[in-house]
Amino acid sequence: MAGYITTNNLGASFGGVQAIENITVEIPANKVTAIIGPSGCGKSTFLRCLNRMHELVPGTKISGEVIWDGRNIYASEMDATEVRRGIGMVFQKPNPFPLMSIEDNVSAGLRLAAGRMSKARIAEIIEHSLKLAALWDEVKNKLGRPGGSLSGGQQQRLCIARALAVQPDVILMDEPCSALDPASTQKIEDTIDKLKKDYTIVIVTHNMQQAARVSDFTGFMLAREMSDPGRMIEYGPTNKIFTMPDRKETENYITGRFG
Amino acid sequence: MKGSLISSFKSIASGMGILSRGANPLRRLGDSVFAFVVFLAAFAVIILMALMVYELVRQSLPSIEQFGVRFLISREWDPINNVYGALPYIYGTIVSSLLALLMSVPLSLGIAIFLSQFAPRWLRAPLGMLVDLLAAIPSVVYGLWGIFVLAPFLGKTVEPFLADHLGGIPVFRGPAYGIGLFAASVVLAIMITPTISAISREVMANVSRDQKEAAQALGATPWETVRMSVLPLARPGIIGAVILGLGRALGETMAVTMLIGNVRQLNVSIFAPAYSIASVIANEFAEVTEGPHMAALIEMALILLFITLLLNLLARLLVQRTGSRAARVKGRP
Repeated sequence: MAGYITTNNLGASFGGVQAIENITVEIPANKVTAIIGPSGCGKSTFLRCLNRMHELVPGTKISGEVIWDGRNIYASEMDATEVRRGIGMVFQKPNPFPLMSIEDNVSAGLRLAAGRMSKARIAEIIEHSLKLAALWDEVKNKLGRPGGSLSGGQQQRLCIARALAVQPDVILMDEPCSALDPASTQKIEDTIDKLKKDYTIVIVTHNMQQAARVSDFTGFMLAREMSDPGRMIEYGPTNKIFTMPDRKETENYITGRFG
Repeated sequence: MKGSLISSFKSIASGMGILSRGANPLRRLGDSVFAFVVFLAAFAVIILMALMVYELVRQSLPSIEQFGVRFLISREWDPINNVYGALPYIYGTIVSSLLALLMSVPLSLGIAIFLSQFAPRWLRAPLGMLVDLLAAIPSVVYGLWGIFVLAPFLGKTVEPFLADHLGGIPVFRGPAYGIGLFAASVVLAIMITPTISAISREVMANVSRDQKEAAQALGATPWETVRMSVLPLARPGIIGAVILGLGRALGETMAVTMLIGNVRQLNVSIFAPAYSIASVIANEFAEVTEGPHMAALIEMALILLFITLLLNLLARLLVQRTGSRAARVKGRP
């Protein structure tokens, strides 16, 4: 299967320290791809390289290529803000704009986008995005309340709605449930399942059960020593990775022998 | 009286947990002495403030009784016939300070945004220090610089230019003196910029990275990120910074006295000379001894104190309202 997002020899460093190295994977369209691995293996860094968020931290360097829909996102003619608009992101810690109303949170990206949109159209997108994120029923009567007034799980779904509203075709999720309770986690996993019909999703998680539950493909990352850069040890269909991995390291990690 | 003060202090101190129980007597004595000393230090401020207000009110009573509200709205100031009105001074103080804010706030926010969000790391500390150094220049030096450099420049270049291009607006009409309300405002603006920019820079730098990333991940440009994530969260702090700057501008005496022109008049033109409360007190205090003139000057001091306190209070309320909203919102997980 051809990759919708393909990385070629992707490497990234922070202030001279190599964080990931030599990652070549093909992430298929309309599937959920999970990235698993122990802490410090560079999963988040890898994810943040896929929509050019990594470079926002001063002192970072990136090598190799990330091909998205046939174009290298690091090519000089690519605009980073365009890339981030097309490849949305949900973060580990829910980060809605706390003082902004719920509806303004969802439409925040739209208001940045070029061109004027009718109020009715914006309202339509807000409702649609909130419904996709399974938050609509809980907030439809208080769209004017500040985003920060919601519970943690609701905030994270608000962030998902906010990412969806700009109509990206890829959504990156960086441990989206690690700060949430099981009920909220369940809701977000259901949402992920619904979304893959229209979106390509890459999710970083340290929860192997979650990876097994939600993903079609799984990549296992590992840094051999603390100071070594993280590498993609194995990448393939989720059921294969979890039942008969090719690599010993993967098997050890899956069976809980370390990490 | 003395005994009740000590016992009330003891109850406060033990309530705050300063007084320890159960330790050996010598240590307990040490604790008590320490608690008493810090309590006195805090209490001294309150006493000082109260004494100051009391003394100002007491000494300005003759003037308050004689002129009443007329003192605030009359423009007469005649020490020979002992008729006093403070309006031109109040006007000069408030207008020069507001003009200074008008010029300083955009500049300071620009500095703060640049230093906290955009400047490369190696430039931040030296540039920030340079801006802070502006606050260390004595105001008499600002005054001298104003007289010899700024005022001639304003009078020969800036003011004629403004009059030519914006002369349709009355505030930019009239002869260009150089020395005047405008010159005083420009120097005040420079003097309060370090205050406003330093505090704003601090609160902007404190906006967390994940808030900025929220905007960036939506495809926000750097400026859009500032507008969307940084400014809303930094707003209470910025308001506080502006008020602090305003407080400094209202009370500034030396530089203003040297530049405002010290002419008691109400002129719409900002090029015209004017007068300020602090300046008239500084200029006339040495010449008066007792009587109505003295009372009038002291009432001016009272008015200045009152304006400053009022603005501070207003700012507190403003910060508390936006701040408590932010806190309420942030309090949730």
